Amino acid sequence: MNFNVKIWRQRNAKAKGHFETYHIEDIESDASFLEMLDILNEQLIREGIDPVSFDHDCREGICGACSLYVDGRAHGPDDHVTTCQLFMRHFKDGATITVEPWRSSAFPVIKDLVVDRRAYDKILQAGGFISVRTGSAQDANNILIGHDVAEESMDAAACIGCGACVATCKNGSAMLFVAARVSSLALLPQGKVEAAKRARAMVKKMDELGFGNCTNTRACELECPKGISVSHIARLNREFLKAKFSE
Amino acid sequence: MADKLISKIPDGPLAEKWTKRKSEIHLVSPNNKRKLEIIVVGTGLGGASAAASLGELGYNVKIFCISDSPRRAHSIAAQGGINAAKNYQNDNDSIYRLFYDTIKGGDYRAREANVYRLAEVSAAIIDQCVAQGIPFAREYGGYLANRSFGGVQVSRTFYARGQTGQQLLLGAYASLNKEIAAGTVKSYPRHEMLDLVIINGEAKGIIARNLVTGQLERFGAHAVVIATGGYGNTYFLSTNAMNSNGSAAMQCYRKGAFFANPCFAQIHPTCIPVHGDQQCKLTLMSESLRNDGRIWVPKKLEDVEKLRKHEIKASQIPEEDRDYYLERRYPAFGNLVPRDVASRAAKERCDAGFGVNETGKAVFLDFSDAIRRLGHQKVAERYGNLFEMYEKITASSPWEEPMMIYPAIHYTMGGIWVDYDLQTTIPGLYAIGEANFSDHGGNRLGASALMQGLADGYFVIPVTIGDYLSHKFAEPKTDINAPEFVVAEKAVQARIDKLFAINGTKTVDSIHKELGHIMWEYVGMARDEEGLKTAIAKIKELRESFYKDVKVPGNQFEFNQELEKALRLEDFFDIGELMAYDALNRKESCGGHFRVESQTEEGEAKRDDKNFMYVAAWEYKGEGVEPELHKEPLKYEFIEVKTRNYKD
Repeated sequence: MNFNVKIWRQRNAKAKGHFETYHIEDIESDASFLEMLDILNEQLIREGIDPVSFDHDCREGICGACSLYVDGRAHGPDDHVTTCQLFMRHFKDGATITVEPWRSSAFPVIKDLVVDRRAYDKILQAGGFISVRTGSAQDANNILIGHDVAEESMDAAACIGCGACVATCKNGSAMLFVAARVSSLALLPQGKVEAAKRARAMVKKMDELGFGNCTNTRACELECPKGISVSHIARLNREFLKAKFSE
Repeated sequence: MADKLISKIPDGPLAEKWTKRKSEIHLVSPNNKRKLEIIVVGTGLGGASAAASLGELGYNVKIFCISDSPRRAHSIAAQGGINAAKNYQNDNDSIYRLFYDTIKGGDYRAREANVYRLAEVSAAIIDQCVAQGIPFAREYGGYLANRSFGGVQVSRTFYARGQTGQQLLLGAYASLNKEIAAGTVKSYPRHEMLDLVIINGEAKGIIARNLVTGQLERFGAHAVVIATGGYGNTYFLSTNAMNSNGSAAMQCYRKGAFFANPCFAQIHPTCIPVHGDQQCKLTLMSESLRNDGRIWVPKKLEDVEKLRKHEIKASQIPEEDRDYYLERRYPAFGNLVPRDVASRAAKERCDAGFGVNETGKAVFLDFSDAIRRLGHQKVAERYGNLFEMYEKITASSPWEEPMMIYPAIHYTMGGIWVDYDLQTTIPGLYAIGEANFSDHGGNRLGASALMQGLADGYFVIPVTIGDYLSHKFAEPKTDINAPEFVVAEKAVQARIDKLFAINGTKTVDSIHKELGHIMWEYVGMARDEEGLKTAIAKIKELRESFYKDVKVPGNQFEFNQELEKALRLEDFFDIGELMAYDALNRKESCGGHFRVESQTEEGEAKRDDKNFMYVAAWEYKGEGVEPELHKEPLKYEFIEVKTRNYKD
């Protein structure tokens, strides 16, 4: 297959960016989108052009490193996948494909398609944990958790922290990301003790870091590669209100 | 130098060794812990759990990772589960059995004492993880669920769907975040260690490159912990993440740390087969699939031909024409034989011409029996996300047609040599998790990597490092302007300058692919003397061509992924060579290491305990020079060493 790839190029955080279009040929339809970029980079290096920088690592949809906005959609034109699990068979032969980094003021561009997502770490540092010290845990089976509760907690815990929800949201809100963590822990007896405090601290940090507000458009849910439901945002709101009342 | 290999295994009965060692270890008082600094390199299960636990104890910890967040470390991709000797299933499991299975699975090339300790602390890991809020699978009564894994006859694996590694890492990362918030740990993402700094024979710091600015930075400490994982990417194509590398381990090796059993690399039987030349990464399908999936190839070569031409589908081949070769060869364990055995059996069938895809390098993993027996819903609950992942990648549904799988490089049992305290041959330098060699011998059992990473990080290193640091609290902070730091930084700078100066025509990846081909061909699933000698010669040539003709674009002082890869490839040359030397020396077949010259009449691996029951610890002697072998004899005092038998 042959493609024209229109890619955002930006030397560093301070430089002004622009689009460049490159032509690429003989791509296998079973190649992944990132393999296509690998091949493009090989070509660019041979031509003496600086290769395109992009974050990637596990290439099996779990590390959350890849973060490309492809043809106007976070992780491109397939549902419930990360960019690394997007395959070229989803594109038309000869198509022009537009590739951009995540667009969010909370995720500044480092270079080309690479953005700085440390804001996510900071939100989790504000309270996305259970305060348990190594060695102080009781026997695991002393905490009984219903099968369905564990499954629901797991649904939320499946978040890979890629940032697609923020990139997709017209307000640049990180509500789905925050809600996934808050909800996953609040569902479990171990996580209930700090649930209200956790919700308050994480939402406060999210606001501080320049993420936008949630206006319930549900776009995040549609583009989340792990299909995390906005129902977790409702649970976050409940925990947040509880925290307000307890103040 | 032989006296450097002191394993420090405590005397006394096996079950009391760890307790004994813990009682001997000097303590560091809280006010002194505050004065001590520890560097942890790597944020996978080992690194994150170690840094969090050391931070909780009150040490000042600096933690480094190459990715944008600690959460992206490759532990995240582990699918199937984590073992623990809880005996929740009442199937007569015990610490002893987990120990025994691990030693046996490792083909009697791991230390008894280390493995026993691993089994001993395994139960506490599950407790810790549940307390952190990890949503392990549960029975309807609310109790923890278990599944089975290869190489064992009990059900002791805890799991969170097919994302156990992700959940365990998010737990360790959460604990790490708690300590970062508390100020005991400082995190340095997008930083890559490029050298170890040694002062007066002791590890005192690292040189790291800030991957965003490109600046070289110096970091000092009282001790350094390496938790950077394995070196499977030497083969270019592996199940490891793209950025996983063996560089930190090689830097330590070149600075004098011995490297143990490098030839023990694990080839995982259930990976998605290679589809073409443009591929850069292989995807693992969890071993847990072998619980319910049955592996087979056709009995008749004409069926193979038809499959390859797409004239028939697998599901159209009648039962009597299928060869469930694992069930046939190993009736006692069937599809649940250990990974090395399953991988070699797949290769054997494919070499005999029974490979089921166009490349001839694939076998079937079939769920039709399980779907009939358990129903769609049960199977979906157990493997739904893996089925989905397979379908996304291959555009074929495991609900309708069997999966196609083939072995691929997955894990490396070899690593930096460590004593019982996990200290390397360099005082003050520790290695944990996959980065060390200590617990898996010649072959690692499924669901044991997560167990080891967390055992080392949560429960071993926080105790043992105290023994060393208890003598160090009076020492001042390490001076990063000391001459040793200056020299180390200059050497790293010279290495970088040299790479940019070459300005050749070949890309880093193209050369790495060539290295991968050499490794897979000659240091892969079957190795022989001639091939290994060829590998050593070819790697030497390839390294020379790299230094003549590689092209590293851009400059140092920017975000430059090609430079990162070039630096890592230099280290992969060293590892590849070291693996070949070790494989050449080990003239027996053992675990993941299969020497063609050493097999039984039935084609099973033939171990040679008389001559090779030792840990091969290699000492660096210079670039392209044969390293020096040191032997740590392995003594089995508490178990009888047997030939591994999964047949009956």
